Amino acid sequence: MFSKDRWSEILEALNANRFRTLLTAFGVFWGITILVLLLALTNGLKNGVTADFGNFATNSMFMWTQGTSKPYKGLPKGRRFNYKIEDVAAIKSEIPNLKYVSPRNQLGGFRGANNVIRGTKTGAFEIYGDYPEYINQQPMDILQGRFLSYSDINTKRKICVIGTGVVKGLYDKGEEVLGTYIKINGVNFLVVGTFKMSNSQGDDEQDASTIYIPFTTFGQAFNRGENVGWMAITAEDNVPITTIKQQVFDLMKSRHKVHPEDDRAIGHFDLAEQFGRISGLFSILTLVGYFVGALVLISGIIGINNIMLIVVKERTKEIGVRRALGATPWMIKGQILQESLVLTILSGMLGVSFAALVIWIMNSILDNAGEVENFANPSVSMQVVFTALIILVVSGLLAGLIPANRATKMKPVDALRVE
Amino acid sequence: MGSNSLHVLKGINFDVKAGELVSIMGSSGSGKSTLLNILGMLDEADKGEYILDNVPIKNLNEKIAAKYRNEFLGFIFQSFNLINYKSALDNVSMPLYYKGVKRKERTDRAMHYLEKVGLAEWSHHLPSELSGGQKQRVAIARALASDPKVLLADEPTGALDTKTSYEVMELIQGINDEGKTILVVTHEHDIAQMTKRIVNLKDGVIIDDSKVEQVRASQHV
Repeated sequence: MFSKDRWSEILEALNANRFRTLLTAFGVFWGITILVLLLALTNGLKNGVTADFGNFATNSMFMWTQGTSKPYKGLPKGRRFNYKIEDVAAIKSEIPNLKYVSPRNQLGGFRGANNVIRGTKTGAFEIYGDYPEYINQQPMDILQGRFLSYSDINTKRKICVIGTGVVKGLYDKGEEVLGTYIKINGVNFLVVGTFKMSNSQGDDEQDASTIYIPFTTFGQAFNRGENVGWMAITAEDNVPITTIKQQVFDLMKSRHKVHPEDDRAIGHFDLAEQFGRISGLFSILTLVGYFVGALVLISGIIGINNIMLIVVKERTKEIGVRRALGATPWMIKGQILQESLVLTILSGMLGVSFAALVIWIMNSILDNAGEVENFANPSVSMQVVFTALIILVVSGLLAGLIPANRATKMKPVDALRVE
Repeated sequence: MGSNSLHVLKGINFDVKAGELVSIMGSSGSGKSTLLNILGMLDEADKGEYILDNVPIKNLNEKIAAKYRNEFLGFIFQSFNLINYKSALDNVSMPLYYKGVKRKERTDRAMHYLEKVGLAEWSHHLPSELSGGQKQRVAIARALASDPKVLLADEPTGALDTKTSYEVMELIQGINDEGKTILVVTHEHDIAQMTKRIVNLKDGVIIDDSKVEQVRASQHV
């Protein structure tokens, strides 16, 4: 279909009125640029917002206790209770389809009072008592040494894994970190590892100012005993946590003598649900992007359609001559269709390239200027590019169809008579 | 054309033998262009038959008409009708392009016909860079390119001055001497005298059809 001869025919025809061709091409160029940019910006927004979820396994929930709101089995309302370490084992054994159940305890807070001392340096950090699985829920890069292990849990070793912010606050530059001791709330801990959050966005400083110690050590050293502050529960990938969380709540209620209908006693945050909500929002935004982009593109396509109509009109006589020389109607139609197709696809692909350039510039500005809240890495996938290509092919054909038909509707003898 | 249809030709019966050079004359409105259009399959007669080289030309759809035009006919127009963004060579090779001839051969053959009309040196010029006579000679080369059975010339000298007209007629006579059948529509008597037979039309009927003593155009140049 596209022999060399056809190409030269098409290029000659498009070249015959170069300025007009350029102007027409600009419509489609602009439309597709807008389309791709809109999708890229939506994506950037999505990347930025979902980054706020951290890298935390999204099929997860956090569960803590609140005071009871109903009396039950002789116990008053307003009673406070704590999860115990045995609850974790019970959840693991009785609720199927759970991947990780991590009990957690926390000491100190971000920007709280100083709670860690090393020599003459002090700092305020978040200290968490955790199980080794936690690194699977909250991915982090171990920069030096190791993360917590089960032997740490079992023997209640006083060791800790510290964030880069902690290293910065308590150590001199270049100082060896592993094997040194830091004093957390008056208790000495051996540093066995340093970490940074994988792909952390937004909460960098807070994430970096974190210290992990074994959960059991935490309980003993800071007087929490068997109490569990809260739990981070992750379900298997194919089972939404939202569908099984009620089972977990029911189990906890029965183990802690909470009225079965007392929904206030157990507080939780369903990450999967929130994440799903946000994902839904961005699906809609993407749809809007396509819609608006397509509308802009359509005006470009109508431009091509118009110009091709004018071209056909202008070349009525030429078409008559071509037919006198032996061109069949289909050859003429094919030529017009291909001209419109080539024009559309060329300008469209230029638009995609231009949009890619803009995205690239945006990304490099973002890289240099540091993070912007709720916006990161605007980009489109190859899939979008292919979708755009398909849209272009279809619309190029549509744009050429009416003019192509118009071109051959006139009898050659009438076409030749036109001046 | 619906209600305002007009019978232009009212019974034309004539045949042209291979190798003839016929001029069709008549005042405007006599139907000579319509006759030529029917012969050129650009238009179709309401009634009657048209047999070209033993092939009855009837029930044409556009595809077949295009094929016949390409194989059997070469057109020469009053206003040349060259495609203005194509070089002389490309213009001449167009019928071959539609015939499906490969590029290389097409160019060779087109070049051959350009040489024949004496414009080989102008092959890469656009029509706008050629004089009227040169344009018409390119158009003649184009009409010859697909080696048609019949050349149909509609007022081929109508847009040319006398001297150039004679040059073009000399070329047409030369082509006819080589055996090509040519029909020329004209209303100029001197041009008609340069053909071998004059068919005179008036109001859609032939009023005169006679062989003439051919005047060689070269005598005038």
